[in-house]
Amino acid sequence: MTALPDVGPLLQRMGQELTAWLDRTQRTDPAIVGIHTGGVWIAEQLRDQWLPNAPLGTLDIAFYRDDFAQIGLQQGVRPSELPFSVDDRHLVLVDDVLMTGRTIRAALNELFDYGRPASVTLVTLVDIEARQLPIRADILGASLALPPGQRVKLAGPDPLHLTLINVAQP
Amino acid sequence: MSLKSSQLQLNQQGQLRHFLGIDGLSRELLTEILDTADSFLEVGERAIKKVPLLRGKTVCNVFFENSTRTRSTFELAAKRLSADVLNLDVQTSSTSKGETLYDTLRNLEAMAADMFVVRHGDSGAAHFIARNVCPDVAIINAGDGNHAHPTQAMLDMLTIRRHRAGFEQLSVAIVGDILHSRVARSNMEALRILGCPDIRIIAPRTLLPVGIEQYGVRVFNDLRVGLRDVDVVIMLRLQKERMQSGLLPSEGEFYRQYGLTSDSLALAKPDALVMHPGPINRGVEIESAVADGPQSVILNQVTYGIAVRMAVMSMAMAGQTTQRQSSQGGQ
Repeated sequence: MTALPDVGPLLQRMGQELTAWLDRTQRTDPAIVGIHTGGVWIAEQLRDQWLPNAPLGTLDIAFYRDDFAQIGLQQGVRPSELPFSVDDRHLVLVDDVLMTGRTIRAALNELFDYGRPASVTLVTLVDIEARQLPIRADILGASLALPPGQRVKLAGPDPLHLTLINVAQP
Repeated sequence: MSLKSSQLQLNQQGQLRHFLGIDGLSRELLTEILDTADSFLEVGERAIKKVPLLRGKTVCNVFFENSTRTRSTFELAAKRLSADVLNLDVQTSSTSKGETLYDTLRNLEAMAADMFVVRHGDSGAAHFIARNVCPDVAIINAGDGNHAHPTQAMLDMLTIRRHRAGFEQLSVAIVGDILHSRVARSNMEALRILGCPDIRIIAPRTLLPVGIEQYGVRVFNDLRVGLRDVDVVIMLRLQKERMQSGLLPSEGEFYRQYGLTSDSLALAKPDALVMHPGPINRGVEIESAVADGPQSVILNQVTYGIAVRMAVMSMAMAGQTTQRQSSQGGQ
């Protein structure tokens, strides 16, 4: 059984690293963008505790997925909301679980349909080391090596905690 | 031929694969269309009003009847989904040379079209195509005869839902030429499925279809009685041809009795919405001051129409895909 880390301490460290990273790279006045649903929860917490002045946006990447031709449209699509101009803005893109990297690819494409950001910093809570695209988090909570057939999911929003789920193996 | 849409337009998983009519669809599915359309509305407010969902797909607008607004909003919807769009004005092309509907569509199918958006003067044309001509191509009914105009009904429902909390408490009046209106028929079905408790039909006796009661509506012949305390007024266009056929004495007479004026609108709730599928005939069924007034949401309807059509097109394309895959998997 894989031991899962507590979300609270991970968020604490991620917040410290994120603010240090933004200082070091001189990315001032950032905006935070959470990917539905888990990424939005993480983004809210980071904003509340570490970047209280940053505006918060949400993305639903359903219209940008690369598997529409295989699995069709997801049910329960929510509108994306970016209540600020993306142009020349430093963006902090937040997701809960980094797996293949395809969600982040879709999110980047969607962000660029809103405008041309000055930079995008990727923050994820966990990376389960199943990368299929050259995409890595700039700020990462924890890396988890999972046995085949297992994935991890963020449950929440109160309290936020990680749970293991079993998936059917092909 | 039966015009029942339900079995034909859903795949084995119960997802939309054609969109032919409202009848037989569940409240859940109609709500899913409205929710998806809400998300697409947001896309229309971006700098780049386009998502890559139908990239590489070909959508054919096949219009056997004229319609500038419906066709252009379908075209815009398909383009915002990144599909390639082919507009066929069939009434000026092959059919006038004697080609049958069947042959026209088989030719389009051979061009590897993935979706046909069909408008036709005959009731049941879209069903006929979905059933007999191109079973693997998604068919969207953009209006067939006097029968159905389901995307118009869904954009009307989206308009109501975006201005009112829900359908459960509403009184909605549909006014005018019900007999010849596919919009009225689809709207009555959609309102009933979505739980609207008070659907009122206001029309002269000559413009009411036989068997109107089956839709669970209340019928009024007097506008001033029917409009009392309604939340929404949906006006229908009066086609001038109707006068010639003797169903109405004159335009002026119709306007006096059934035209929506500031005076008659005052009988509805003070914040009642005024809707119209367009094109409007000012001074025939609606007064200019009402059409352009603060209660009018007629232009919002056009905007919402693009989002609803994006929702229906992407859902039907997805339903076709999963249907194909599950039938391949079963082989």
